[in-house]
Amino acid sequence: MLQLINFAHSEIFVIGVFGVYFTFLALGFEPGAVPSLPIGGIIADLVLAGAVGMILAGVAAVLLERVAYRPLRRRNAPRLAFLITAIGASFVIQQLFRIFRGSNPEGTIRLLPPEPVFRVFGAPVTNLQIIIIVASIAMFFAADSFVNRTRLGRGVRAVAQDPATATLMGVNRERVIVLTFLLGGLLAGAAALFYLMTIPQGAVFNGGFLLGIKAFAAAVLGGIGNLRGALLGGLILGIAENYGQSLFGGDWRDVVAFVLLVGVLMFRPTGILGESLGKARV
Amino acid sequence: MSSASTREPTRTDPPSGPGTPTVRERWAGASRWWNARSRPEQWGLLVPVVVLIYFLPVINPPIITTEPATDFSIALFNAAVFALIAIGLNVVIGQAGLLDLGYVGFFAIGAYTAAVLSSPDSELGVRFPWLVIVPIAMVITMISGVILGTPTLRLRGDYLAIVTLGFGEIVRLLADNIDPLRGNRGFQDIARPGGSYPDGSPLFTQTDAQGFYWLAVTIIIIVLFLMGNLERSRVGRAWIAVREDEDAAELTGVPTYRFKIWAFAIGAAVGGLSGTLFAAQVGFVNNQRFDITTSILYLAAVVLGGQGNKVGVIVGAFLVSYIPDRFQFEPEYRFLVFGLALIILMIFRPQGILGMRQHLLAYGRQAYQKLFGAGTGVAPTGLTASSRGRGDPPEATPDDHAGTSPRGGGE
Repeated sequence: MLQLINFAHSEIFVIGVFGVYFTFLALGFEPGAVPSLPIGGIIADLVLAGAVGMILAGVAAVLLERVAYRPLRRRNAPRLAFLITAIGASFVIQQLFRIFRGSNPEGTIRLLPPEPVFRVFGAPVTNLQIIIIVASIAMFFAADSFVNRTRLGRGVRAVAQDPATATLMGVNRERVIVLTFLLGGLLAGAAALFYLMTIPQGAVFNGGFLLGIKAFAAAVLGGIGNLRGALLGGLILGIAENYGQSLFGGDWRDVVAFVLLVGVLMFRPTGILGESLGKARV
Repeated sequence: MSSASTREPTRTDPPSGPGTPTVRERWAGASRWWNARSRPEQWGLLVPVVVLIYFLPVINPPIITTEPATDFSIALFNAAVFALIAIGLNVVIGQAGLLDLGYVGFFAIGAYTAAVLSSPDSELGVRFPWLVIVPIAMVITMISGVILGTPTLRLRGDYLAIVTLGFGEIVRLLADNIDPLRGNRGFQDIARPGGSYPDGSPLFTQTDAQGFYWLAVTIIIIVLFLMGNLERSRVGRAWIAVREDEDAAELTGVPTYRFKIWAFAIGAAVGGLSGTLFAAQVGFVNNQRFDITTSILYLAAVVLGGQGNKVGVIVGAFLVSYIPDRFQFEPEYRFLVFGLALIILMIFRPQGILGMRQHLLAYGRQAYQKLFGAGTGVAPTGLTASSRGRGDPPEATPDDHAGTSPRGGGE
């Protein structure tokens, strides 16, 4: 939205993942064992862990903006400088986690074992998948209506289109930028919860990198600066990856994702539902 | 120094007042003093420096040395390879202003080319000598640079960065997944250059990197010559124009797309060259060394030293490679420290330790002299008079705004 690729966003996500993980630990769950709690208690714990993850990731995103981006904006730094600080920040966060928790993934904590609920064309659909899909759609609508319908969202769009004019029209640019980072952080925190629910072994210092690239690929695929496009792009990327995996074998999964990214940028740099990249490029 | 600074007033440097000069003024003064030397004088001053660099592993000075932890000549060789990589990446990032995060891919292609063409583990079953491999590897990396550049260089800035990063990952994943490339098992016994010491013992071995270090320094000097000439050519001017303002460059008739591909191809070729050098010294290549974090270290070297300044990036590469060897960092601290360095540098000194030499008006002096007459006694034409002070490969000038101002006119 702000035409700024936050390279450290994947690390914000990792902070969310660790936030969720430590909440699990603090709530008394042990790696390995499947807890036998009533379903209501588990859901309460999940919501709590998700809230902690979201808050941590949101705060981290705002801090990142303060430390790494705002000084550059003050100095009117070139765009390359933003990218380089973001890479630096991403490195620092990754390595801090590595020093703090070692380079091996954390133990597996499964609160909710996946159980098939019903079948579609012979493919089992688990309870986890249903929760995640429903929650993702809910969050998508929340974010979409926030950006498209609220007053603050209008400010975000205005700053995205033309920061100078938006400032002249009375939009507080700095506040909008902080808000966008906060929103991105909150969503990353929520994604962290779902990620840990499906891939419990995923709490590792560099777990965010590949996901971050793929998230970007999804956003580009659907069209940068377009939330609905990002959703569509994510779906297409996921499907393509899985088809690629069954066609060429699991080792080629990531190759498929990257080739798809390069291919899309080659033939349709504006993405599927894309706004003009001609405006976005600087 | 003072006579030079009074002779060459500039717009950007404030005139140094009385009292003690600040560090910045000293730097600027040194820079101007250096630029005021004639070309032969500069060479005369540089020769001892170069000789010293060549003899570093022989002298093995006590405080600077990395021993006993790391063999000093190997540490120096690694720093030299790093410097060569940084010079190549500098063409892409510093000269043409294209952020390439997949540069390690070219390094990997160079190393793998050497491995496939000379290792007995290779399925090709050929054993080419190293000198034959080098041009082949450079051509192959150049072609891969063009292949990467053709679709992606229509993109700009951030998008380009992500796509090049994806390219680097694709190269690594291909090395992982294509069976003839042997993944983790790698290739043993890669060809080394021939040659021997006067007493007959081989010059290039795995354990003693001294010969390789000399080779690397020689290659660096040659590459610096070529790059210096390239920068002063039409290609170099086009790169600067693209870096400073791509739209304006396009509008004034610079075929930006073509020159960006040139930057990619030339940068890639240097990356491939360093890959073959590295593969020859280690004698072994597998898929473990080409991940994205390595690319980021290359970026750190270029940014640290100063994008667009050839000597700067050599200094940056030396620091990035040498400091961990000298002070025995754990690898994770290495990444932490250089990540922090990237942030701090971008905020407080975005131009790096030694700043960019060529600004858009780098040739302003030439133009000025051509238009208004040189008026100096140094050389008959403005062109040669102006070329004396600038663009010489081994040069260290922190802030060459001096080059942007017309000078020598009032003498």
